[in-house]
Amino acid sequence: MELVQNFPFITIVFSLTCGVFCAVLHGKGAKRLCLSWLTLTFAMSLAVLIYTLKTDGSYIYRMGKWNAPWGNEIRVGPLEALMATAFSGVMILSLLGGMHHIFADCEPGKTNLYFTMVSLLMSSLFALIYTNDLFTAYVFVEINTIASCALVMLKSSGMTLVATTRYLIMSLLGSGLFLLGIVILYGITGELLMESIAQKVQEIFATGEYSLPLTVIIGFFSVGLAVKSALFPFHSWLPDAHSSATASSSAILSGLVLKGYVIVLIKIFYRVFGLGIIVSERVSNFLFAFGILAMICGSVAALRQKDLKRMLAYSSVAQVGYIYAGLGMHSEAGMVAACVQILAHAITKPMLFCAAGGFMDVSGGHKSMSAITGAGRRDPIAGAAFTVGAMSMIGIPFFAGFVTKLTLAEGAVGSDDIRMAITLTALVVSTVLNAMYYVPVIFNIFSRSDGGAKALRPRADYAFSMSVFMAANVSFGVFSQQLTDAVRRGLELFGM
Amino acid sequence: MPELLKNLFDNYYEAAAVVIFGIGFTTLLMHRNLLKKIIGLNFMDSGIYLFLAAKGYIAGRLAPIVVDGDIDPSRYVNPIPTGLVLTGIVVSVSVTAFLLALTCRLYDKFHTLDIDEITYLARKERD
Repeated sequence: MELVQNFPFITIVFSLTCGVFCAVLHGKGAKRLCLSWLTLTFAMSLAVLIYTLKTDGSYIYRMGKWNAPWGNEIRVGPLEALMATAFSGVMILSLLGGMHHIFADCEPGKTNLYFTMVSLLMSSLFALIYTNDLFTAYVFVEINTIASCALVMLKSSGMTLVATTRYLIMSLLGSGLFLLGIVILYGITGELLMESIAQKVQEIFATGEYSLPLTVIIGFFSVGLAVKSALFPFHSWLPDAHSSATASSSAILSGLVLKGYVIVLIKIFYRVFGLGIIVSERVSNFLFAFGILAMICGSVAALRQKDLKRMLAYSSVAQVGYIYAGLGMHSEAGMVAACVQILAHAITKPMLFCAAGGFMDVSGGHKSMSAITGAGRRDPIAGAAFTVGAMSMIGIPFFAGFVTKLTLAEGAVGSDDIRMAITLTALVVSTVLNAMYYVPVIFNIFSRSDGGAKALRPRADYAFSMSVFMAANVSFGVFSQQLTDAVRRGLELFGM
Repeated sequence: MPELLKNLFDNYYEAAAVVIFGIGFTTLLMHRNLLKKIIGLNFMDSGIYLFLAAKGYIAGRLAPIVVDGDIDPSRYVNPIPTGLVLTGIVVSVSVTAFLLALTCRLYDKFHTLDIDEITYLARKERD
């Protein structure tokens, strides 16, 4: 076994350890430890990505060298490595982009706990990406929930406490359904590893027995994870939680945490049931319908917001809709679109939230639309980043968001007629709506105003994070072909 | 219909487990009192553990502890569901602790346990 094959396991376990060490360090020390460890995980994930692309295959890593039915496994392929690389990179940039907010917003003496939670969150995200075992997925889903709720709560105010409570309650309902799904599936198949379950499920499905329980199980998984990733009718907890938290937390929650659950759902669709069963059970029709509704309703709600961060939060609801529309497309191309959207939104929305944090700095800490007038002139870096992010969200060519819309449209054209018509219409409507709420903000932040704080001296970490985000967004748009190919190949390997 | 009833009575552990899960789920979702929500969460998880434990037990077999070198698997029940229940209990304890701590802070700040009232007060404080 080559050294690089151990890296996924190391990233998961040592991120947990890093969290423990952060808990006993002081704020600054924890920050240094956490950032250096995250940089290392980024390098390791990149090495794994290069390795999997070079060997053009995936491999199974057995924990403790126990064989299939007994041991726990993680599975590594190009798609997983790509997600892990992107997520660790975005995590570093989100932290840098809101670093001074973290130190200002956390209660004194508790800053190190922020980095503890970030490490735990990163560990659980890696585990959700790589795991090959359903019960492990459940345990890390819960770790993810606790860590992300704590990230909201560390900025102490009445609103964040309420938002955290509502977030936690909805998340727990979701994990309850997810766990019940796992338990019933275990009762039917007697397996927990994804490949073994897949084999048994195929056998059971062929006999025609247990067809109702299978539908119910797929329903539990879909609803449970949809609640946690804020699909449209279950999104009520999201705007409060994402808009009241500190800038880095909003960036991380919107960009990464929501996506972790979707990745688990994609893995379940592909590796536990197989696309054939998912299509014939018709559960994906609901996901498609809710995804399309989310695209429209999220944007309409975003239009009505007077508060910049709430607007961005509702825009996340719409963007999650794109992912689910792709998932419900009944085709390989739709799945590719969903995965591309996960990546595109993960690099775009954190940039927007960090830019919003920058605007708040130069507008006396306010985030309402009227307060941030002219903020783009006072803080040009944030202004530029927000413009790039907004153009990506609207879907201008050569930005990340355009790639999503293109792949989603390609997926729709390959699908049946009704889906094609609905998707293309929804894409057009949502693009117009996106433009309707992002363009006025761009005009607003660059218009002249008398008030507001003076321009701040640009901070090195903030400027670095924003410029890397912008560069990543544009290169995502330019090298879209290579990216989509890697995603497609990763999904093909998923099915095996 | 009689067949459905017969199935329900044959698998009364599972049926009870699902009923308990339903009670817990609706309490967690609908109830306005935070403490009752937490009780509902624990009901919901207990329902799942009862389901797992019932599925894992095979009548007439022994607990999977090997004595006298008898390793014939047909004499023992499957130990995995029990292990899953233990793991699940650990998860549910930590989540309950987190939610209780959160409730304490909310009560200190707003002097009520009603989630709707707390939300109303927090919105008023923000505006």
